Amino acid sequence: MIVLIGIAVIVAGFVLRFNPLLVVAVSALVTGLAAGIDPVAILAAFGKAFNTSRYVSVIYIVLPVIGLLERHGLQERARGLIAGLRGATVGRLLIGYMLFRQLTAALGLTSIAGPAQSVRPLVAPMASAAAEAQGEPAGTDHIPAMAAATDNIGLFFGEDIFIAIGSILLMKGVLDGYGIDIQPLHLSLWAIPTAIAAALIHGTRLWWIDRRLARSRRVER
Amino acid sequence: MIGAGFIYAVAGAAFALFAALSATDRTNPKRFGNAAFYALLTASFWFGDAIGDVGNGVLVLGLVGIAGFGLMGRGGRATTAPAARVAEAEARGNRIFVPALVIPATALIGTLLFWQVPTLVDPKQVTLVALTCGVLIALAVGYAWLRPAPATPFAEGVRLMDSVGWAAVLPQMLASLGAVFALAGVGEAVGQLAGMALPSGSLIGAVLVYGLGMAGFTMVMGNAFAAFPVMLGGIGMPLLIRQFHGDPAVVAAIGMLAGFCGTLMTPMAANFNLVPAALLDLKDKGAVIKAQVPTAIPLLVVNIALLYFLGFR
Repeated sequence: MIVLIGIAVIVAGFVLRFNPLLVVAVSALVTGLAAGIDPVAILAAFGKAFNTSRYVSVIYIVLPVIGLLERHGLQERARGLIAGLRGATVGRLLIGYMLFRQLTAALGLTSIAGPAQSVRPLVAPMASAAAEAQGEPAGTDHIPAMAAATDNIGLFFGEDIFIAIGSILLMKGVLDGYGIDIQPLHLSLWAIPTAIAAALIHGTRLWWIDRRLARSRRVER
Repeated sequence: MIGAGFIYAVAGAAFALFAALSATDRTNPKRFGNAAFYALLTASFWFGDAIGDVGNGVLVLGLVGIAGFGLMGRGGRATTAPAARVAEAEARGNRIFVPALVIPATALIGTLLFWQVPTLVDPKQVTLVALTCGVLIALAVGYAWLRPAPATPFAEGVRLMDSVGWAAVLPQMLASLGAVFALAGVGEAVGQLAGMALPSGSLIGAVLVYGLGMAGFTMVMGNAFAAFPVMLGGIGMPLLIRQFHGDPAVVAAIGMLAGFCGTLMTPMAANFNLVPAALLDLKDKGAVIKAQVPTAIPLLVVNIALLYFLGFR
């Protein structure tokens, strides 16, 4: 049970805001020592696993392509496309954005949107404006926070459908370690039921915002 | 046979160009830190199989040293101005999406095609080989259509790479931590703890502990990547896959998604939950988490049910 102190190191390291790479390295050292493993053997085990999991970091070869296209207006065009989906209500707007985010993430386009690229400049202001037109009081956290939440949920429950995303490759690597050979496509297909459930659950909550605003407006009249 | 060698040659070359462009970037006060970090990744891709386990461990210590002592910065090379981008987006229209879509399209079609020719492409690496081909094709299309200077795509790539910074290798680090955890028996320790709480032979109990454990562990560690190897080693492999003969693909995939439900509920996942609250100037820094919890909890229940009903047929 003493090997579990490595987990405590992780928690303490993140709470104290040390660099996460440093925290992970220290946790590995502490865990290995607690299990009575020689420090050089810990270093070798860590190095070996780092080398065999290199494929996790191959994805960064896409950055020159994305960077080149951004230089020529990719983000601006993507924003224009989302702005073209201008629905009348906050619920419809965010449902549309969630589906856009899920579908593009499922194609591996995880970095064409995000809190900095799309939520702050575009989705949150549009959602707030729509909600205020429906009678939501201005200046509250509720609608912008929901916009950021919708971005995360669309991303998380879309990206695992893409066959070359980090989490799929990590699962493949860990299963390889147990001698189980699974193709990434097989793992990504099993992400589809949860993706549908996420769209239904979060979509219902977004639709409920429209309904609540419509009701409170009726009560006022 | 085309396989890991091809993929790592291309990845090493990309990071070598990132390193060279970082070293010559006078707008980045920490340019040599970035250059050294990317050069070490090049060494890992090109020579990782030749330098031995301890050699790779020392390489990782180098990466940790550069990141841990704050030796990395962000370059400020000139890119195009926002107004020019808007104008170009207007002029080029939706065609600008084509090179971006070439990558996932090639990855998908290539994967399906390469399966048919197992002698040409290593069957274990088809997806990554196809993805790498997609990137090379998209890059060629970009050069032919947009006519950038030879170094421009990689200078823009460094701009994005710098914004990711040391976080780029965090998934690989956490996968390696998982290997040390496995060696030290952390999974068994967690399994023992779970075993004390679990009535033996109960499939639904094991599924519940695995699903809730993935979410809970992810909340503690801020990342489903770190929780996954521990929970798979502690409960997924010994109980769900070996004892109850669950489908490994379902156990892994839905377990990871249960972990993602945990990511939605923890301040430890700072980049997803705290950074957006700061960017949006919210008064309550926990507002994004509070907006996510009512989706995360029912979705976690759905994941546990999906695992129970789909994983053990």
